[in-house]
Amino acid sequence: MLLELDNVTVSYGRIEALHGISLTVGEGEIVALIGANGAGKSTTMRAISGLRPVGQGKIHFDGQDITKMRADLRVIRGVSQSPEGRGIFPGMTVRENLEMGAYTRRVRAEVDEDLQRAFDLFPRLKEREKQAGGTLSGGEQQMLAVGRALMSRPKLLLLDEPSMGLAPMLIQQIFDIIVEINQQGTTVLLVEQNAQQALSRAHRAYVLETGRIVKEGSGNDLLTDPAVKDAYLGVA
Amino acid sequence: MNFEFLGDNFMSLTVTGLTQGAIYALVALGYTLVYGVLRLINFAHSEVFMIGTFVTTIVWAGLGFGVGASAPGTFGVLGLIALAVVAAGAASGGTALIVERVAYRPLRKRNAPSLIFLISAIGASVALFELVGAITDRQPRGMPSLVQPKVQFTIFGADVTNLQIGIILSALAMLAGLDIFINRTRLGRGVRAVAQNPDVAALMGVNKDRVIMLIFVLGGMMAGAASVLYDVKVGITTYSVGFLIGIKAFTAAVLGGIGNLRGALLGGLLLGVVENYGAGVFGNEWMDVVAFVMLVVVLLFRPTGLLGESLGRARA
Ligand SMILES: Nc1ncnc2c1ncn2[C@@H]1O[C@H](COP(=O)(O)OP(=O)(O)OP(=O)(O)O)[C@@H](O)[C@H]1O
Ligand SMILES: [Mg+2]
Repeated sequence: MLLELDNVTVSYGRIEALHGISLTVGEGEIVALIGANGAGKSTTMRAISGLRPVGQGKIHFDGQDITKMRADLRVIRGVSQSPEGRGIFPGMTVRENLEMGAYTRRVRAEVDEDLQRAFDLFPRLKEREKQAGGTLSGGEQQMLAVGRALMSRPKLLLLDEPSMGLAPMLIQQIFDIIVEINQQGTTVLLVEQNAQQALSRAHRAYVLETGRIVKEGSGNDLLTDPAVKDAYLGVA
Repeated sequence: MNFEFLGDNFMSLTVTGLTQGAIYALVALGYTLVYGVLRLINFAHSEVFMIGTFVTTIVWAGLGFGVGASAPGTFGVLGLIALAVVAAGAASGGTALIVERVAYRPLRKRNAPSLIFLISAIGASVALFELVGAITDRQPRGMPSLVQPKVQFTIFGADVTNLQIGIILSALAMLAGLDIFINRTRLGRGVRAVAQNPDVAALMGVNKDRVIMLIFVLGGMMAGAASVLYDVKVGITTYSVGFLIGIKAFTAAVLGGIGNLRGALLGGLLLGVVENYGAGVFGNEWMDVVAFVMLVVVLLFRPTGLLGESLGRARA
């Protein structure tokens, strides 16, 4: 397994947001994590990236216990995240934002190669190369966030609601790109409100409810699961 | 009030003000860097400057240039100044680093509210102040006047001396160097990333602790360099020297837009010039009043300072 969470709890102050969740992501997979608002999806992502400390439980990545590893070192190990709300650096240009994604990389030629790849994936970013990140539209910022997360050449790409705020056309497109990135060899853990899209693209998925995993299965199984349909797909 | 005096001496007051302002600007950088990244005011920064003024005199005295010594030739003087910049830069930078370790980091790790940081920084400030006060018996410490001001040229009737030119140019050079470092280098980009969004910076692989150490050291080094210029200009220092310079530099930082490197330059120069005009018109004892009235007026109209945007927002 590339990523393994074993009974992980995370708290904000005295309030426990994750009550011991376990999940795995295998090499080459797209795994989706779905759940209602406040279920703890973003908290899970923050814990994996090291932005929130883990109370109990363990996180293993690529054969190593990273439960207590500093966030910046996890990036070097191969974990990258496009966070909820995109987290674009507003005062940096599009190009500088992308370069920030390559902060841990030293080989200039490789970084240039990846810049090119990001621009190929998102031609719009190339047009806006010198524009300040804060002045991009929501959709452009989303592309930039995903493109930036790829710049570290991650083994595992964490995407927290990459389709949030996008027009339906763009939602299709961003999911196509996620599949494309995956086919180029990057493992993906995907948090989504858009369960329909996420489940239809993912190999496997987990359903999170108030800090607990309540269901797991292949994307297709969950798509047809009556309870999931009822709660997350908006069709009875 | 003596507007005639201001009119007659406008240019020379300007030049004096720019010289003073260049020193304010260098010290202001320390406030602005720390604020830009941590959104906290480093109240111990004035003492970081003060330490530099003493280390400069110690280095000079150690090399045989104590009070009353006559200055060596031009190259000797430049060498003494360069050595002092290295030593004071290291001492002030090191002091700033210790302040960060002792007064800031433990609180950061516990997510303390800003007010607690303020108290802790004031505590560190008092500790440094009293420590140096005790070591020096609260006596001022003199030094040789290494540079005899010599008029180099006259501009609109104002004499400009080698000392003034040297101070202004070296301050500008250091500011430009810092600006390039922050805006053009990888590490500088890391600093801006932490300033703009610390969590996302960590997701990019930036070591936040290292960036914070870096900005304290950089701010301290700039204050150390400023302390050498101050010593060359004033020729005497004392344990309480940081107080007024610190307040002025902080004012300069706020005036230009705290968190904004170029704002620190603008604020410093402007403050130096305006307070000299004020002194010309109202008399020397009114200098500080004029400075603070200007601050209040500017903040009334531009609450974020003249250049506004912080290190966190614009391109520093
Ligand atoms: N910084 C915080 N401080 C306190 N509580 C928080 C904080 N962030 C999240 N929480 C709480 O933790 C729980 C899980 O939040 P989280 O952001 O992980 O949910 P989510 O599943 O990502 O929701 P959404 O779909 O709305 O993004 C919620 O109850 C939330 O109120
Ligand atoms: Mg969320």
